[in-house]
Amino acid sequence: MSSHHFSPPRLSFRFFPIWRRHLLVWRKVAATSIIGHIADPMIYLLGLGYGLGSFLPEMGGTSYMVFLAAGTVCYSTMNSASFEALYSGFSRMHEQRTWEAIMNTPVTLDDIVFAEMLWAASKSLLSGVTVLAVIWLLGLSHSPLSLWLIPLALLVGLCFAALGLIMTALAPSYDFFMYYFTLVITPMMLLSGVFFPVTQLPPLWQNVASVLPLTHAVDIARPLMMGVVPPGTLLHVAVLLGYMLCGFYVSLVLFRRRLSK
Amino acid sequence: MNAVLSALNLRKSYGDQVVVDDVSIMLNKGECYGLLGPNGAGKTTTLRLMLGLIEPDGGELSLLGHAVPRHAREARLRVGVVPQVDNLDPDFTVAENLLVYGRYFGMKDSEIRARIPALLEFANLTHKRDVKIPTLSGGMKRRLTLARALVNDPDIIFLDEPTTGLDPQARHLIWQRLHELIVQGKTLLLTTHFMDEAERLCHRLAILDQGRMVAEDSPRKLIAQHIEAQVVEVFGERAEAWVSEHAARYSERFEVSGETAFCYVNDAQPLLKHLQAQNELRYLHRPANLEDVFLKLTGREMRDQ
Repeated sequence: MSSHHFSPPRLSFRFFPIWRRHLLVWRKVAATSIIGHIADPMIYLLGLGYGLGSFLPEMGGTSYMVFLAAGTVCYSTMNSASFEALYSGFSRMHEQRTWEAIMNTPVTLDDIVFAEMLWAASKSLLSGVTVLAVIWLLGLSHSPLSLWLIPLALLVGLCFAALGLIMTALAPSYDFFMYYFTLVITPMMLLSGVFFPVTQLPPLWQNVASVLPLTHAVDIARPLMMGVVPPGTLLHVAVLLGYMLCGFYVSLVLFRRRLSK
Repeated sequence: MNAVLSALNLRKSYGDQVVVDDVSIMLNKGECYGLLGPNGAGKTTTLRLMLGLIEPDGGELSLLGHAVPRHAREARLRVGVVPQVDNLDPDFTVAENLLVYGRYFGMKDSEIRARIPALLEFANLTHKRDVKIPTLSGGMKRRLTLARALVNDPDIIFLDEPTTGLDPQARHLIWQRLHELIVQGKTLLLTTHFMDEAERLCHRLAILDQGRMVAEDSPRKLIAQHIEAQVVEVFGERAEAWVSEHAARYSERFEVSGETAFCYVNDAQPLLKHLQAQNELRYLHRPANLEDVFLKLTGREMRDQ
């Protein structure tokens, strides 16, 4: 790896036409895409919420359904950013050679990676808003504070898009992504307080959970959903931003190395 | 200075392997310049260096007055590229591909839309305007890729093996279009391993072998400089025996490849007279061409093993 791979990102507004390209592709499949965004989280929310919820009178000071709603927004935004950054990003970079075509124009790799992150986060935003809309419709949250989950969905999306792009930069093929989902994303979902409070975990695992980005997302989302200003918001936001910035930089270095061959 | 592109002592290695070894190229405005070489000669890497997509280990590069790779972004505003492997957007129609690509150059939608009809006509794709990419033939995809490279009205166009994998009809149509571009005064830099393509289109060309430039000139001068004027190819069952007995006597130079002997001569008459008397041999008399030069300079053995 040579030294210029490590130079700081050089961004320009030329990322925007790439974002528009992704949007135009998405618009052609929008209907099925939105159904996909809504189906998976709803199955969990309704299935677990009503099913399991009937045995659990209360969790974390609220009904299990409301408890789960906040977690669902967070993990569905995590999932949609991860899928987009991994599978779709890899397809554009490797299968379709879309990146190669773009790099022959005045757009640089830095712009492309930035656009990928932003696009994956845009899909998270969409996913988050869709789930939130259902939550409002079901009457699970009445607080205007829950509107803050919209920018939070974007931030969670940026964070997991950036982390996912590291995997994309390293992936030899699509099969590689299974490891990330089974070894990183699924355990994170179980450890971060989506389905039950982190305090239920053994102390060691609580420590692990405390450094996971999804935990910090849930820690912001749940009080907001219940109409409470979350304590320590600044720290949680800083952690998510930190993961995003590190993820973006590391993935950029890896992409520069990969595509300079 | 009239140089559209100048590369001085360009070098690039990957690990221990030197891929581009001290290559210098100067392109004048309106020129069509060809890079010829066997597989792995460093043609594509040279193009990528010139576009500023990879960092050279050494040498100086200037493209349209901009230092590359430092100011490659500014240079690429005025460059068109036809890549070796098609990378059109499969989700889009023909026209959408042009629209989306034009945006990468910072062009306004109205500006691009105004150019699309002429680009489609140039590519013979007017009737395919709203068709999706996977339904196009290989030749159509290449033509669209060429049209896409022209969306920003570039001053110089890089073409990496523009006709590889096309049938003769499709290839001739591409040649015709490239010729039109040359007539319009565009500068072209193309890589190829088709000698007829290079001979037909290029004002000047360079032969690359293992990263080094082994010759550079106009096709005609390369032939005159490096090789005898005439070639007589001798083949047939008895060719082998004939070669060991007579080939050296009748030709300035000869090479045997498979069952064919290539005899290079300046005056073919004595050899032809001799061959007419040999009933068991067949032969072909032709003027020397670029392929003969190429094979002489880069050898006959396979390169991608």
